[in-house]
Amino acid sequence: MLNKRKWQMRGYLFLLPSLTGTGWFVLLPFLDVVRRSFLQAVGNGFVGVENYRVVLTNGAFRLAVGNTVRFMLACLPLLMLLSLFLAVLVRKAAKIQRWVKTGFLLPMAIPAASVAVFFKLAFDEKGWLGQLAGLFGFEGQDWLASDSAFWILVACYIWKNLGYDMILWLAGLGTIPQEQYEAARVQGAGEWACFWYITLPQLKETIFVTGLLSFVNAFRVFREAYLLAGDYPHESIYMLQHLFNNWFVNLDIQKMTAAAVMLIAFSGIILVLFDKNNEEDKE
Amino acid sequence: MRRRKYAGRLIGGILPVLFAIMVFPLLMLLANSLMGRQEMLETYGAVLADSGESIRMRVFPAYPTLRAYVRLLLDTPEYFTAFWNSMLQTVGVLTGQLLTAVPAAWAFARFRFPGRRALWLLYVLLMILPFQVTMVSGYLVLSAIGLMDTRAAVILPGIFSTLPVFILRKTFAGIPREILEAAQIDGAGDLRIFLGIGIPLGMPGIFSVLILGFLEYWNAIEQPMTYLKTQSMWPLSLYLPQMINTETEAAFAASIVTLLPAVLLFFGGQDNLEQGITASAASVHALREDKT
Repeated sequence: MLNKRKWQMRGYLFLLPSLTGTGWFVLLPFLDVVRRSFLQAVGNGFVGVENYRVVLTNGAFRLAVGNTVRFMLACLPLLMLLSLFLAVLVRKAAKIQRWVKTGFLLPMAIPAASVAVFFKLAFDEKGWLGQLAGLFGFEGQDWLASDSAFWILVACYIWKNLGYDMILWLAGLGTIPQEQYEAARVQGAGEWACFWYITLPQLKETIFVTGLLSFVNAFRVFREAYLLAGDYPHESIYMLQHLFNNWFVNLDIQKMTAAAVMLIAFSGIILVLFDKNNEEDKE
Repeated sequence: MRRRKYAGRLIGGILPVLFAIMVFPLLMLLANSLMGRQEMLETYGAVLADSGESIRMRVFPAYPTLRAYVRLLLDTPEYFTAFWNSMLQTVGVLTGQLLTAVPAAWAFARFRFPGRRALWLLYVLLMILPFQVTMVSGYLVLSAIGLMDTRAAVILPGIFSTLPVFILRKTFAGIPREILEAAQIDGAGDLRIFLGIGIPLGMPGIFSVLILGFLEYWNAIEQPMTYLKTQSMWPLSLYLPQMINTETEAAFAASIVTLLPAVLLFFGGQDNLEQGITASAASVHALREDKT
């Protein structure tokens, strides 16, 4: 590098507008959040970790964390495997590739509100799903008020994110040199062997990134959940997002601040571990 | 060779089926938006209007008509208020994002300054945090400066989303060094290089940011739900689900008009969208590239 020692302070000038806004709307208020998480709701007395204790022993919080974790464990592997499988298929289908991509990305462009009426028709007690179940001899029910709500939400999430993840995999797959496959084929390797010994090892980093972004997007499923079932949905899909929302409506600032601090700390730890992992890979 | 044939069949069989599942809701909404009042009551009355025994599955209306659209255009001024609220909110956020994120991405891509890596990590952390975590800090600052329940309450925090910075940094980092050095030798200053070379060559990235941002903020539910109480300021994403219950006949047409701007933009800019998604992933990779 030309001037490795000389810092380029002018960089700050370009960063300034963004940094000011981020500082003003996110960082400074966050310091206030940390401060408040140790204070009483009324009178601003210092209460130590009392707010944290209240949150951690709160039944709704435990339910919401449990559901959120359960949702992630169910939908992340499902989405990632399905989208990887599709990406591999799509790469082979050169002729219709563009069409397929369009079809799979389309749900990303459809606002959650627009599909609300579709959900209603599909999952109502007298809706299509109920009738379909009727054909197989099951009773129709209000699906969103039962344990099925969880799987309906998983399906929504996969429908919405399949194309996004597929594009991530395609980008990762595109970086693997084609010669490696040709060489392996000459030596008699089949499709499966090629995938297992050539594709998968080189996708390691893509797996991490796709996982992280799918995790981020999973929080957005609240939109669908909220439109499907409102503030207080069936308890199988009562997630952290619902809880925060309801705390907010009740202006339960103390609980919100303590929970927010814990979640940010958790995200920070995940990010640092992820970064470490990447570093080790490199060395 | 038999294997190859097998794979071919698999692709030929699975992809179209999945494709159909993916686009089905859109086609169904589109076809049903052409349904008349009477037919809609007969078909979906059981669910949407509490009349009749059970609903039917109808792919295409028996008597297609544009009545629902006419009704939407003439009889529902609230819908249009909500439409313009959505537009204002989306355009406001995107304009602000461009003004702040484009220079910030340029800074990360082109300059080495102390604290750069720490700031980058901070920006990545901000990107992965869900809205619910920052909503309380957002609320504290918005109510402190008296902006709760105003349009600015939705727009201002949205401007400082960090995702656009990542997408743009990737584009800017791809500009060949030689071009920039040549401009420097010709005596161009930082600002001129940024405006004259960076922005024109960064246009694909800017389009990606605009498309991804439009899809995100046109569909925003959490922010307006939290920060807006006055219903007349609600965007479509909040107003539409409510409208289904009161204006049932126009429900499908309203859904179609709502998704139209987003879907048209998507068809026009699918390539930019794909690049934007790939660039989001690259930002996380960049965590390690940046070490040097």
